[in-house]
Amino acid sequence: MQTIPHTLSWGHDIPDPMRPARFRVESVQHELTGVFTVGLKPLDETQTFEFAPGQFNMLYQFGVGEVPISVSGDPARPTTLLHTIRAVGSVTNALQRVSPGTMLGVRGPFGTSWPVAAAEGSDLVILAGGIGLAPLRPLIYQVLANRSRFGAVCIFYGARTPDEILYRDELEQWRGRFDLTVEVTVDRAGSDWLGRVGVVTKLLASKGFSPPDTLACLCGPEIMMRYAVLALHDQGVGDQQIYVSLERNMKCAVGFCGHCQFGGAFVCKDGPVFRFDTIAERFDTREI
Amino acid sequence: MATIGGLDRLLAEHPFFNDMSERARGLIAGCAANRVFHDGEYLMREGEPSDTFFLVRHGAVAVEVNAPGGSPLVLETLGDGDVLGWSWLVPPYRVQFDCRAVGLVRALSIDGKCLRGKCEEDASLGYEFLSHFVRVMAERLTATRLQMLDIYGHPSDYVEAQNRVAIETAAMVPAKPSPNGD
Repeated sequence: MQTIPHTLSWGHDIPDPMRPARFRVESVQHELTGVFTVGLKPLDETQTFEFAPGQFNMLYQFGVGEVPISVSGDPARPTTLLHTIRAVGSVTNALQRVSPGTMLGVRGPFGTSWPVAAAEGSDLVILAGGIGLAPLRPLIYQVLANRSRFGAVCIFYGARTPDEILYRDELEQWRGRFDLTVEVTVDRAGSDWLGRVGVVTKLLASKGFSPPDTLACLCGPEIMMRYAVLALHDQGVGDQQIYVSLERNMKCAVGFCGHCQFGGAFVCKDGPVFRFDTIAERFDTREI
Repeated sequence: MATIGGLDRLLAEHPFFNDMSERARGLIAGCAANRVFHDGEYLMREGEPSDTFFLVRHGAVAVEVNAPGGSPLVLETLGDGDVLGWSWLVPPYRVQFDCRAVGLVRALSIDGKCLRGKCEEDASLGYEFLSHFVRVMAERLTATRLQMLDIYGHPSDYVEAQNRVAIETAAMVPAKPSPNGD
């Protein structure tokens, strides 16, 4: 697992990781009901923002508050920072109302990343549910940019309904590739939906990957990940081959405040991406 | 048309028979037929007598429920390697949902009456077959429960849904007459 220190962000060291840098909203794209993607540029447009897939930033809506949001853009295009956000609280609802030109504060990038280097030479299973596809999109971009370094690549995605499929255009585009397996399923649909209806974990049975040589990256609701891990076990994929991205109440993002404590770890600093064998016991502990 | 020998080979290729004995598979093959359904064709219709189940070899089948005044809702899609239908096993042997082919579907149909008879006569076949079939039912039940959880929704959606149910329930309860008869 790669840990990228926060001092690597946007081309120069951050003297104080608690101090937000100013970014201007370049674009706001509606994705789904209550879900949108903001594109951010640093005030100094010559600066770039380097991050590793799976990392997150703290976005600060001045006068409202700060929220942790995973970066969902292409790591190879560090000039614009993309975040896909679901409006669920006061800060994210305020972020939904921003328009191009609005100034936001950004701290980051923070946390661990998806194990891209470790996955080279292996088959890769990317399993996402709902908005959990957003933190995995940078990984998909990076894998596709270096496609020959990986074995079979399978993207399994589950959504509530066909209208709630995130990044639908891109999923359709990826599905058209000969070197990629893309399967999408929804929980509910009308008879006009020609795709699959059912739980996302069932897609794992369709295989397309070799379990002993597979590395799996999961992101989505924790209930989904719990059952996805069981389904991967059934296929013969072990805990050491599974990575999950956890979501907790992150505040400081550097392991000081303890809000995101997960047993002996802090999700902001030791996660959000964890190799499953390192958290397997805690993952099933109801009190954590 | 596939011969019994050919059907036995097709059965052996289906994941349902992965670790089933050759003897049991051979007996079941006697109740099997190879079928092809075209896009939009129904494998089963809700309310019909249920005397068949299917082993999907290739294609997708939408399991649907008819919503009055609206278009049908798809509850689940079954595909390659799946088993479709268990109403044939449980009295009153009536199909519970519509099952529609989405594109071309190749499946093995098993005559439920024929198989029930064989299972009644041969307890060892019955046990072996049912122990495989119950596994499918358990997996399907778990998957259905997960689907019911609506895991991709946000907690606020549940609160909203609960409030809506509470309002609807309150509206359904007739107001109590006051002691004054007002």
